[in-house]
Amino acid sequence: MSAEVGQFALILALLLALVQSVAPLVGATRRDGVLMAVGRQAALLQGGFVILAFGCLAYAYVTCDFSTALVARHSHTTQPLAYRIAATWGSHEGSMLLWVLILAIYGAGVAFFGGTLRETLQARVLGVQGILGAAFLSFLLFTSNPFLRLSPAPIEGTELNPLLQDPGLVLHPPLLYLGYVGFSVAFCFAVAALIEGRVDAAWARWVRPWVLAAWIPLTAGITLGSAWAYYELGWGGWWFWDPVENASLMPWLLGTALLHSALVLERRGALVSWTILLAILTFSLSLVGTFLVRSGILTSVHAFAVDPERGVYILGIIAVTTGVSLGLYGWRAPAIRTGALFQPLSREGGITLNNLFLTALTATVFLGTFSPVFIEMVNGDKISVGPPYYARTFGPLAVPLMALVVFGPMLNWKRDEVRKTLARLRIPLIVAGAVLLVALPFGGLKGVATAGGLALAAWLIVGSVAVLGRRWWSGRAYLARSIRTTPRSIWGLALAHAGLGLLTLGVTGVSSWETDKVLNMRPGETVEFAGRVLTLRSLEMVQGPNYEARRATFVVKGRGPEYELRSERRFHPSAQSQTTEAGIRVGPLGNLYVSVGEESADGVIVRLWNHPLIVWIWIGGFVMSLGGLVSLSDRRLRVGAAVKQAQPLAQPVPAE
Amino acid sequence: MKRVLFILPVLGFVILLAVFFAGLGRDPRALPSAFVGKTLPAFTAPPVRPGDVGLSNTDFQAGEPALLNVFASWCGPCRVEHPVLMRLRREGVPIHGLDWKEDAAAGAQWLTDNGDPYIRAGSDPTGRTGIEFGVAGVPETFVIDKHGKVRYRHVGAVTPDVWETKLRPLMEKLRSES
Repeated sequence: MSAEVGQFALILALLLALVQSVAPLVGATRRDGVLMAVGRQAALLQGGFVILAFGCLAYAYVTCDFSTALVARHSHTTQPLAYRIAATWGSHEGSMLLWVLILAIYGAGVAFFGGTLRETLQARVLGVQGILGAAFLSFLLFTSNPFLRLSPAPIEGTELNPLLQDPGLVLHPPLLYLGYVGFSVAFCFAVAALIEGRVDAAWARWVRPWVLAAWIPLTAGITLGSAWAYYELGWGGWWFWDPVENASLMPWLLGTALLHSALVLERRGALVSWTILLAILTFSLSLVGTFLVRSGILTSVHAFAVDPERGVYILGIIAVTTGVSLGLYGWRAPAIRTGALFQPLSREGGITLNNLFLTALTATVFLGTFSPVFIEMVNGDKISVGPPYYARTFGPLAVPLMALVVFGPMLNWKRDEVRKTLARLRIPLIVAGAVLLVALPFGGLKGVATAGGLALAAWLIVGSVAVLGRRWWSGRAYLARSIRTTPRSIWGLALAHAGLGLLTLGVTGVSSWETDKVLNMRPGETVEFAGRVLTLRSLEMVQGPNYEARRATFVVKGRGPEYELRSERRFHPSAQSQTTEAGIRVGPLGNLYVSVGEESADGVIVRLWNHPLIVWIWIGGFVMSLGGLVSLSDRRLRVGAAVKQAQPLAQPVPAE
Repeated sequence: MKRVLFILPVLGFVILLAVFFAGLGRDPRALPSAFVGKTLPAFTAPPVRPGDVGLSNTDFQAGEPALLNVFASWCGPCRVEHPVLMRLRREGVPIHGLDWKEDAAAGAQWLTDNGDPYIRAGSDPTGRTGIEFGVAGVPETFVIDKHGKVRYRHVGAVTPDVWETKLRPLMEKLRSES
């Protein structure tokens, strides 16, 4: 029953999306208030029906309704409840439904909260959002229907891929999708602005919180995905430059650029058409991120069904959304008034440079991800690029960007002076220099990179604190008062930039001092590794809810009290596949990572890794995300969006 | 002039799109098997292990079928298949290795740390030798018969399952061939 209700709800949502994609656009052109109101209602109703459809699918999963084909393929009665719920978005169809769900909720959000926007702008935004909704709903219904029935219904289903049965993976896709789809709002605003031919203060104030709201979950989602790959795949790495990882990194990089350029637009009215272009490209890359791995153009360890029909449809959607919006950009953007001028050495200048680097980094990842496709087109060779490519291209671009990060917030708007800027930065400069000098004498050529990485991390962290310090010790007010009155957006900025510093610290630590060892161990045997003594205490078979496992228990001595580590090799009979649960001792100074492999003639193959400082990579990622959250909660952003009058863009102050 | 600048993004996108559509029809896992059934191209790869002899195509005409495994220390799936290769080596299956797209020192270090399943191991820092026989990525494993002919190509990690169902039956068949 629930499958039919869900199916009807989706069909109704598609019809409403079609109404939403026509009525408000026509209404805005004719200044017809009724048609524009129809658009708002359609967006709200569409949201309701998609929520209903998603609820129906989740219900079918929870109740193990194996007469629904999708449920039979990805669920099993022994699968724990949390993973039965998570299986709702664990398949291609289900994850597409989640995508559409978030899109529809955002659309309803613009309809519900957007009353303060100029009516024609809101109508156009909703119209563009309606077109996107209609495209994806029809993709879902015609090529990936999640509600197909299966007759006769099987008694038992096939399990969800055991690798995906993990707490991290329950949250990872929804977070990424919140990010990807969140950029659709910025995209819709950009296209609406191009149709209107004007960009005003209300536009900029609206777009920035939405970009931030997309950036926060995307950052958290990528971090979570990296942590998941670390502990679940059993390879002991944290980033593999896999096409799917790259696909989430590209919108993140451009989205970060957009976040900063939107700030310039909001505060100073500059970088207008560049911000619009970034908004279009960021969402286009989000589309690429969601779909390219499903279209069969690239292959990846994250396997989704490859289906040429879906591929054509997906490429069609990308072609139309990106093609039309970029065409519109080429046609209308030259007419949009460009904003204030600024000196090269100014906060605007710093952010422009930041944007250049971030765009170049995106291009690097893009080329690395797609060069196999291009090269095959040219000469038929099949090649692939691995981490060596990224080490040579991504690193050299990322390092200057990180060095630049600290300058931005210390620069004044409009124009600044070199000497004054350096004076403001003296403490971070001194600390980073000291770290460099202390670390440099250790090690050879690799030591230089390590010392540089540590100095960069110190520079970023101290530089972020200095942003707060500059505000607090600038004289006039009492310290307690200036701490209390520091806007949350400044706290957010400091947190996000410091998070980047922590990430740098982690990356430096693990790439400089990582060690590993593979050996054959028998129960009772002892091995010395990375200053610790490990004993394989027992090797036994254990029974899990839906798997059986060989569990190795180790006792670790050295560096503090002794503790136990367990690593399992799990076999899931209904999915006929194996997974490895690594035993990980997490610590601020480093992780000890133990993973059991194949059984050998006498004992078991054991892999040991020592990962110094690695945990800071993920702490850094989450701190960045937290910084975004703190910034989003700033009063100015909330109040700013509520400014009713359509004023012209904050009058640009001429640069003297 | 300025207008042209604004039209550039859409032009670039159209070109990109054309490439994607052209690439759509192909299955990324169906890799060209141009060399299956052909003799290995002539190549000589310098040694991975210092003081060793390296690897060349003549190593494969020893009257016994062998595996050619393309690996790299930076490759995640290689770590997955590595214990399997070690086991095969203990069982006496001849395996030669090609260390792809990295310095020989990195490959040698990897073999020292993790164990060395290879009889001969050649280094291919630029990936040029790999291109000779169409390596698309690591890991890849070729089955070479007694006469140095490529008989099978496996893309991805050699899991116990792959060995049992695909490679082992083929190796046994090749061994019984004249």
